[in-house]
Amino acid sequence: MKIDSCIDEIRSLAAEMGRQVRLMEVCGTHTVSAFRSGLRSMLPDEVSLIAGPGCPVCVTPNGYLDRAIAISRQPNTLIMTFGDMLRVPGSESSLEKERASGANIRIVYSPMDAVAAARAEPRTRVVFLGVGFETTMPTIAWTLRKAREDGLDNYSVLCAHKTIPEAMAALLAGGEARIDGFMCPGHVSVIIGAAAYRPLCEEYRIPCVVAGFEASDMAITIRMLLAQLVAERADVEVQYKRSVTDEGNAAARAACAEVFEKCATEWRGVGLIPDSGMRIREDFAAHDASRVFSDVEVPEAVEHPGCICGEVLRGVRTPPDCPLFGKGCTPAHPVGACMVSSEGSCAAYHKFAQREGK
Amino acid sequence: MTADRGDKGEVVLMGHGGGGSMTDSIISGLILRELGNPILEKLDDAACLTVLESELVMTTDSFVIDPLFYPGGDIGSLAVCGTVNDLAMQGARPRYLSLALIMEEGLPLADVETIIRSVGDCARRADVIIVTGDTKVVETPGGARRAGMFINTAGLGVRDPGVDVSVSNARPGDVVIVTGTIGDHGTAIMNVREDLQLESSLLSDAAPLSGMVMALLDRVPCVHCMRDPTRGGLAAALCDIAGKSDCCVKIRERLLPVKNEVNGACSILGLDILNVANEGKAVIVCAAGDEKAVLDSLRGDELGRDACVIGSVSDAPAGMVLMETRAGGERIVDVPAGIDLPRIC
Amino acid sequence: MCLAIPAKIVEIDGENAVAEINGVRRACNLSFLEDVSVDDFVLLHAGFAIQKWSEEDVREYNEIVTGMMAADGEPDED
Repeated sequence: MKIDSCIDEIRSLAAEMGRQVRLMEVCGTHTVSAFRSGLRSMLPDEVSLIAGPGCPVCVTPNGYLDRAIAISRQPNTLIMTFGDMLRVPGSESSLEKERASGANIRIVYSPMDAVAAARAEPRTRVVFLGVGFETTMPTIAWTLRKAREDGLDNYSVLCAHKTIPEAMAALLAGGEARIDGFMCPGHVSVIIGAAAYRPLCEEYRIPCVVAGFEASDMAITIRMLLAQLVAERADVEVQYKRSVTDEGNAAARAACAEVFEKCATEWRGVGLIPDSGMRIREDFAAHDASRVFSDVEVPEAVEHPGCICGEVLRGVRTPPDCPLFGKGCTPAHPVGACMVSSEGSCAAYHKFAQREGK
Repeated sequence: MTADRGDKGEVVLMGHGGGGSMTDSIISGLILRELGNPILEKLDDAACLTVLESELVMTTDSFVIDPLFYPGGDIGSLAVCGTVNDLAMQGARPRYLSLALIMEEGLPLADVETIIRSVGDCARRADVIIVTGDTKVVETPGGARRAGMFINTAGLGVRDPGVDVSVSNARPGDVVIVTGTIGDHGTAIMNVREDLQLESSLLSDAAPLSGMVMALLDRVPCVHCMRDPTRGGLAAALCDIAGKSDCCVKIRERLLPVKNEVNGACSILGLDILNVANEGKAVIVCAAGDEKAVLDSLRGDELGRDACVIGSVSDAPAGMVLMETRAGGERIVDVPAGIDLPRIC
Repeated sequence: MCLAIPAKIVEIDGENAVAEINGVRRACNLSFLEDVSVDDFVLLHAGFAIQKWSEEDVREYNEIVTGMMAADGEPDED
């Protein structure tokens, strides 16, 4: 379907709804795509796309960064991380700042490279920052299996993985943000399968459509969500049929199950959500950085007063509501994680706000 | 050929910055050999230059790139290109460069030699000479993975009076042109610097643009503005033009020239091509109607073969850069906060 | 949280493989997929293949990405 005709259909469906429709795009990658592709500019005013908590950068609490930084200051360590985490502010510093001060911190495209580094430098303690959702978890699980198989005692993971459906349910249970439908994360769904959203769809009667990442994928998804709303249906549908099946990728899930187990975990700004996190199983304790480095002192985490990242992530407030937005907190000097992700909620708003002259 | 100074000749030592015979071994043994010319060979404390044309244009630049060597070039060639291009973007013909080296102890002398040779090659290509310089040595900082080098330059060029290509000269109705493919340098560098292990023929595009620019100004003297999209990429250059000219620059994504491989690398890493540095390209803004002559002139040069129109200038919203996306929507193009990093999210 | 792109597998050696996108190659891992052959297309995330794409999927994707150019007749670098 050509995007122009899709946008036309969105307009007429929105008009039929006759009220503001708030759709949450859970995944940070959708936020970036919606912005870069210009999709946001094509949607009618009655359709709002709210950015959700699917940005691993944004929902990682200060404490995790503080711990990573503390480990990086230990002798003989090498922190390896995805580029996303480098600029996230902790209580006092960031990995980027530490790197500039001489800490051994490297970014990788793939966790495979961290295993290779551990192999190449057996006397260095390589710590991989395990951040990300279900799409990324299997890749880190692979590294833990590999480390154990190959006896790479110097390799460990500092785990902060989180799972998406529980967070979506927590947002709905919280009841504060009016969410009319979910644009479900396309690549998380490749792993967990579209069926994973059925329980929350049925319990909360909320339309869920699993979306791809091109502009027309997202436009079609929005049309499908509106069509459900107009027909007063609430189903799980898949727009991203190229990649997503009902069952997902069993091999990837098996790797995760072998290495990780569910636990409650803190989502920055949302709070503790039961069963929404992963920790490394006892079996793999030798490769669990939180245990390997348990003696490292980490100062108490400090969240910046005034920072309302949490409410923005929950879709309850918008970036301009934040007292720090554009004043203490800008893309060049971010205070909270929402501003770090280059086109995350706050950074994207920052650009639009300029346009509207606010 | 390395310095003939004892058996510690393989790496830079603190003594090489001492001003004595070790320093001399670098200057006479390497620098004069590769960069020699009558002015430099005098090795006076300052160079005396005769300039007959009336307008002097001067620039300074520092080069701190890591890694020192990368596909398509090294810090030496980059230093010459960067300085020469700053002058060229002002419509000046580059003539003289100064070259100050700050080397970290432990840097292999063979590397220094390669870098100086690059400086020489690039200077000859750009038709400039190095007339004065300096060498210093410092200790390598404790956590550093490898010893490095910093280069500072100053460049002097000459310009005919009446040439004015300031970035504040863009006017509504103008046409925006880019001289070739974007994103080449930054992606090549990032791949090597962060060891991302992408295998490709990604190459830095660093090149001296003065020849192409002088020929352009000869043919179309009334070009409105020029700016090279280095740090901050095309986004930063266009924002500079829009801001200083108090106009709106509107570009079309589908018109942006991008090499297939650069597109591939940016897709894998999640980089926004607009923010990626270029070292051998220029943005040219000219009056409507002049674009054909501009493109003809640029495309006649090897460095401007892929020159094309990417957008236009309008009056509002003033100071902003907008892009019509492939999807047919619109987005704001902003100055990036820092260098884009590879992402998984 | 999921930047993943379609890539063609050009070499395979057990669970290790080489993927190619627009002429750029990168080592990757196939442990999460079965029956992948050279010339197959996969979805690549952080160096791991997480899904196989059929030729139809690739066709649909290419249409989406380049089809929008058709109106202007501008050549795409493909």
